[in-house]
Amino acid sequence: MPLDNAPEGKRKFNVVGTRPLRPDGIDKVTGRAKFGADASAPGQLVGRILRSPHAHAIIRKIDTSKAEKLPGVKAVITRDDFPDHTGGSGGLYDTLCNVMAREKAFYEGHAVAAVAATSASIARQALKLIKVDYEVLPHVTDVDEAMKPGAPLLHKDMFTDGVDPKPKKPSNIARRFEFGHGDVEAGFKKADIIVERSFKTEAAHQGYIEPHAALASMGPDGSAELWCCTQGHYMVRDVCSQLLGIDIARLRVTQSEIGGGFGGKTTVFIEPVALALARKANRPVKVVMTREEVFKASGPTASTSIDIKIGVTKDGLITAADGVFRYQGGPFQGCSPAEFGAMSAFAQFHLDNVRAVAYDVVCNRPKTISYRAPGAPMANFAVESVIEELAHKLGMEPIDFRIKNAAREGTKSSYGPVYGPIGLGATLEAAKNHPHFKAPLGPNQGRGMAAGFWFNFGGQSCVTLNIPVDGSITVSVGSPDIGGSRAAMCMMVAEEMGIPYDHVRAIIADTSALGYNDVTDGSRTTFATGMACILAARDAIKKLCARAAATWGIPEDAVKWENGYAKPAGPNAGDFAPLSLKEIAEASPGTGGPIAGHHEFSADGAGVSFATHICDVEVDPETGRSSIVRYTVIQDAGKAVHPSYVEGQFQGGAVQGIGWALNEEYIYGKDGRLQNAGFLDYRIPVCSDLPMIDTQILEIPNPGHPYGVRGVGETSIVPPLAAIANAVANATGVRFTQIPLSPPRVLKGIEEAKKAGGRKAA
Amino acid sequence: MAKVVLWGSLRPHTGGKAEVEIEARNVQELLARLGDSYPGLQSQIKRGVSVSIDGLIYREGWLQPLKPDSEVFLLPRMTGG
Amino acid sequence: MSGITVNTKINGDPVEFICEADETLLDVLRNRLGLTGAKEGCSTGDCGACSVTVDGRLTCSCLVLGAEAEGRDIGTIEGMAQGEHLHPLQSKFLEHAALQCGICTPGFLVAAKSLLDKNPDPTETEIRFGLAGNLCRCTGYDKIVRAVQDAAKEMRSAKAKSAKTKTAAKKRA
Repeated sequence: MPLDNAPEGKRKFNVVGTRPLRPDGIDKVTGRAKFGADASAPGQLVGRILRSPHAHAIIRKIDTSKAEKLPGVKAVITRDDFPDHTGGSGGLYDTLCNVMAREKAFYEGHAVAAVAATSASIARQALKLIKVDYEVLPHVTDVDEAMKPGAPLLHKDMFTDGVDPKPKKPSNIARRFEFGHGDVEAGFKKADIIVERSFKTEAAHQGYIEPHAALASMGPDGSAELWCCTQGHYMVRDVCSQLLGIDIARLRVTQSEIGGGFGGKTTVFIEPVALALARKANRPVKVVMTREEVFKASGPTASTSIDIKIGVTKDGLITAADGVFRYQGGPFQGCSPAEFGAMSAFAQFHLDNVRAVAYDVVCNRPKTISYRAPGAPMANFAVESVIEELAHKLGMEPIDFRIKNAAREGTKSSYGPVYGPIGLGATLEAAKNHPHFKAPLGPNQGRGMAAGFWFNFGGQSCVTLNIPVDGSITVSVGSPDIGGSRAAMCMMVAEEMGIPYDHVRAIIADTSALGYNDVTDGSRTTFATGMACILAARDAIKKLCARAAATWGIPEDAVKWENGYAKPAGPNAGDFAPLSLKEIAEASPGTGGPIAGHHEFSADGAGVSFATHICDVEVDPETGRSSIVRYTVIQDAGKAVHPSYVEGQFQGGAVQGIGWALNEEYIYGKDGRLQNAGFLDYRIPVCSDLPMIDTQILEIPNPGHPYGVRGVGETSIVPPLAAIANAVANATGVRFTQIPLSPPRVLKGIEEAKKAGGRKAA
Repeated sequence: MAKVVLWGSLRPHTGGKAEVEIEARNVQELLARLGDSYPGLQSQIKRGVSVSIDGLIYREGWLQPLKPDSEVFLLPRMTGG
Repeated sequence: MSGITVNTKINGDPVEFICEADETLLDVLRNRLGLTGAKEGCSTGDCGACSVTVDGRLTCSCLVLGAEAEGRDIGTIEGMAQGEHLHPLQSKFLEHAALQCGICTPGFLVAAKSLLDKNPDPTETEIRFGLAGNLCRCTGYDKIVRAVQDAAKEMRSAKAKSAKTKTAAKKRA
């Protein structure tokens, strides 16, 4: 819920907006910080997982007898060790099927069995002794192929939802979504120019450097402890408890430091397996994924096929926008972010007539999971490519075309609701006035831009704030800190309490310490958990004032809190020397015991976030290799709590987008096996690929947050795909409709255009 | 009566109507009555919906009060990275 | 499998350990010696999270066998700070917010130190190529490059200062 209807936009901040050192910093630069794989327990075993070599196969039989007899093997588990406690359908059942394959293996890398042994080499040997009898089935990995009638069918009981009448035949299309308003056909009739194009994007992996890791112990009575790297340890606790059939309160999950997630650690993969092994062996078990397993068996994002049609009048007003968005999400329904692609695709425009149709499709690929602004970058690539092309056809500056059609306060968004105050126009204007925009370009260079959007949301947070007798403060939060959020939490508490930043210390508490906290995703942590910190601080202030009031013998409402001191609220309250936080804390044992502030809620009122990116690319005409020569991110942060980490989010998201646009892709062989499951062949950007990434933070306050904060984590990955594709088009004269823009693809496009004698689409 | 706007693919369940009017004091009541009046919507409601009330998105604000003239959009349940 | 006894030096201290023939130096550091500062991101030498120095040379410890440490001088992130004094690179990484999740940070620091030991005044391009063997997925490298530039500057001016003091001391003598 929003705290105030109006943000304290004019408030003067003391701590918020400064750049202090993060509280976990020393541990992270000295190697002391404990990440997922860094913990160990006495008597711990090594857990390893056997994975399907086939893209699609019925599992007839699993013989584990030989593996069980190998000395040093303490537990072997298969589907039989995961009885269904989920009711046999829905997302939780799909998670169960993904964690350990049941009737079928749905993709290469699907877990089929697991062992726990006294050493890694014994565990490896044991995996080789497990005999799995597969009946190999035809497979499909391409989204368009999967939608064709007669495609290999993953689920015999999948009948497309959301179409009327309900289909009589099963297919790989799980669901159809449609969003929009107005009359698209009528809109196109009013158009002078219409551009219609089809696009494809490949799957990209979140690419966190830390592989999934879990250390589990579980007794025969069902009491269990789990240490793991995750974006949400409360989610892990709840899901694992349900999959294993134990009470939630029996399982305590402690979150390690997390080595990157980007959405990829918002579900469970190995955690239930580690627990099941630990239960069977009755000893602690540590499971750590290899990089190959991370690529093959943890979730990348969806690959897509998209059609876009946009019509404009000759003076540059969009009359209609229409899109079809086909996203494959791996073998289970509801995993592809098709609906978010469709909802976000046209969100940056003011449109009278818009329609976006999405299809959620299943394929023989790993179960996809969120990747930073899930679904939006691909849709944005397609839409902003067409926008650029329309601007060229109109003879209009692309930026002016975008400004003319930009969504603004009061615009009915393409996904439904009407926008409140938004920062899109401001980012576009800032881009137009940015020195980058006017800088000269060299030979073989082109400039591109794109504007992008992400929803952001709030969610559940629970915070406890304790004040020891010396007046320092510990803040316990339940949101994993994935990029410096502990610093932001400390800053907001210090701001509210009126004390220095370094008097506050934030920790991530385990699941037994606090109420439920949603996963760190949706750009929610600084917004929602930060708001809970502010409210917990206000709760503590109320109690501090009450102690001061009792000390002075005056009513509680006659005391106010100012800059770290309790003071009489006015001349009528009496003449008392202010009491500092430290003095009240020191006296607390005698004035009623410890002082703590709490807040728990489900935060709403998250403000949407827009960004505009400008990018210069140089394309080598001999090799087709594209290099980023200059890059600028301009984004609305509402209010930047710690500007350095806000810039970091802008830069990091942009570079992930650059990787997706230029290099990163899942490459499948005809056998349905992933051919590039390693960092050598799945090439994420390295330092020497890039220039500095310039940033400009705009602050258009979010009315749903007391300081005006908006989530900033995700929007930055939305515009790069299109910005780069537009830059490459402007550098080469060739419009590419498929990413990544890898050198062979670009070279082929340039050569074909040469043969055809000029500008074309590839 | 709050005005409830449905996303396109839900419309077959309401006889093609893009907007329906529901008398409800809060989101929970609204979703319950929506499911009662249009049983075809129940599967999506069960799967999870977020709502936008007068322009603000509520991921799971079941007790969020509605004004008689509130405009409510149903949205798929929000997730993120 | 019989163990191999290895005598080596880690961060200046003599260390003796027993390992199996197929164990990597990274496995030994992490699993036998409790030095978990070096991280395993790929085990194929592509990510640099396990960076250490072997006789002063920057190395992916996942590509070296534990047994190969015999008679060598190994440097890890745990040996970078001197007592309570952080190395200038460590301070500058914090100051510039050059880390977000921090999993790649030990590797980057070891690699950056190795670079500056050889080249105290690198250009931006030299820094970018010097660190190209280390992957970071959070930062986009911008703040890492700036932190290394700033640390190099500070280290140069400290060196110049101490040289000046030494010359002055010599003159007085």
